[in-house]
Amino acid sequence: MKAASLSIAQLRSAYAAGDLTPADALKSVAESIDSVDGDIGGYLSYDLELALKDAANADLSLPLGGVPIAIKDLINVNGHPCSCASKILDGKYTAPYDATVVRKLREAGAIPFGRTNMDEFAMGSSNENSGIKPCHNPHDLDRIPGGSSGGSAAVVAAHTAVASLGTDTGGSIRQPASHCGVVGLKPTYGRVSRFGLVAFASSLDQCGPMTKTVEDAATLLQAISGACDRDSTCLKEDVPDYSDAIGKDIKGLRIGLPSEYFAEGLDPEVKAKVEAAIKQLESLGAEIQEVSLPNTEHAVATYYVIATAEASANLARFDGVRYGHRAEADGLIELYKKSRAEGFGDEVKRRIILGTYVLSSGYYDAYYTRAQKVRTLIRNDFEEAFSKVDVIASPVSPTPAFKMGEKFSDPLSMYLADIYTISANLAGICGISVPCGTVPVDGKELPVGLQLLGKSFGEADILRAAHAYEVS
Amino acid sequence: MNVRDVANLARIELSDEEASRYQEQMDHILHYVEQLNQIDVEGIEPTAHAAAVFDIVREDVATGTSISQEAVLSNAPQTAHDQIKMPKVVE
Repeated sequence: MKAASLSIAQLRSAYAAGDLTPADALKSVAESIDSVDGDIGGYLSYDLELALKDAANADLSLPLGGVPIAIKDLINVNGHPCSCASKILDGKYTAPYDATVVRKLREAGAIPFGRTNMDEFAMGSSNENSGIKPCHNPHDLDRIPGGSSGGSAAVVAAHTAVASLGTDTGGSIRQPASHCGVVGLKPTYGRVSRFGLVAFASSLDQCGPMTKTVEDAATLLQAISGACDRDSTCLKEDVPDYSDAIGKDIKGLRIGLPSEYFAEGLDPEVKAKVEAAIKQLESLGAEIQEVSLPNTEHAVATYYVIATAEASANLARFDGVRYGHRAEADGLIELYKKSRAEGFGDEVKRRIILGTYVLSSGYYDAYYTRAQKVRTLIRNDFEEAFSKVDVIASPVSPTPAFKMGEKFSDPLSMYLADIYTISANLAGICGISVPCGTVPVDGKELPVGLQLLGKSFGEADILRAAHAYEVS
Repeated sequence: MNVRDVANLARIELSDEEASRYQEQMDHILHYVEQLNQIDVEGIEPTAHAAAVFDIVREDVATGTSISQEAVLSNAPQTAHDQIKMPKVVE
């Protein structure tokens, strides 16, 4: 039995039936990685020995007892490397503590196993910005898996992981989930602690599950949600029983379709798949109506001002002083400049420079404050829409996974591919990508995802709708 | 924007090739971002956080969960006398 081909629920059943032990499962996952991942590049590293020690104490009565979870390489796991797929940390940093999400996973019985590939410091939509190695889409190795959590999506899709954690700043869980044909959920801002995640854009980042089924996403979300005394932005909001929510039908659930998300630029075949999924939801009893998110066209511009501004501040910590790469240099300023020049890749440098510019004296109000005001308008759009509907349905990405190299030299074209996912981060709301079929491209079947957006702390609504669709 | 000047502020050394390539890409991105100037934001409050909360405090007591000096120093590029070693800051 190949453990990595199982869902969390199936693996738990196999444990309960005595067909597998956690140690068997870990060894089996390691074998799957060794035989398949060389062509895919979903993992940066794994440590079987450390994981087997955790497995020896696994409590199978817990909700994730003995379940190995692959971890995006920007989440600190005590004793494991945490490179953020950057040369500035690769081989030079071992996490000295557990992120809160990892502590919570452990408390639920899970075993962190394997570090997944990503765009360097989560900056990118294709995983091509990994400073370590490329990651390929398991459905077509010439195509990108999406990003920035490309590895976390690819390993679930390739059956080299049971499930994984990713992070989403502008779509980095939902978009790779869509391109790889897995389930990916971005929680509401403040639902899940960010303590121990290497920060990209602090007002936008959230950590969430990437899984084979909606049920698994609910189980993982349950484990990682809740207040944290080390992250004051993680809110003291009650955590409902998500597994309970997914059993319910969707009769009378009001689903809104934003006209702006079905307009020009959307691939007709992707559109057809998403529309068919919405028809299916309607046949299950959902009430469909049109809504409007009029500031959608400004979301990408707003995002790239706010996210780069925050990134430029957050990444100031990588200066060659306390950890990470230190260049040979004569004085302190030269040490900073050379360490950062040698350690960071192109996209990270570009975003730090752009962020520094929009925060610099004389430009701050024109760019940063203005973008924050437009962010308010985008939030207001969602508030208005959610006064009429419970869930918003849309595509995740305007096209199926594109070819590696296709958008690499033109950063703006890459940014624009995030048009349907970015607004949720700016508004702070939750969203899920659930597979809704495949489209044939160049002789391969490429997955398409349906995005369901929920109001703040409306995870139960989107899980319920996604699950109803998935099992129908 | 002059990419070289801003890179200096951000403490990143750029090669000539990087500077010219980034300059072109950055001009392209900034041109796109200019669209924000056409939006009427009169009277609109800026959003810094989607769910802003204030005055989050906890009891001022040691929790005993800090990481050890040894663990911190283990990631430092250079150490001496249980401290992180740096080049001279004041000449």
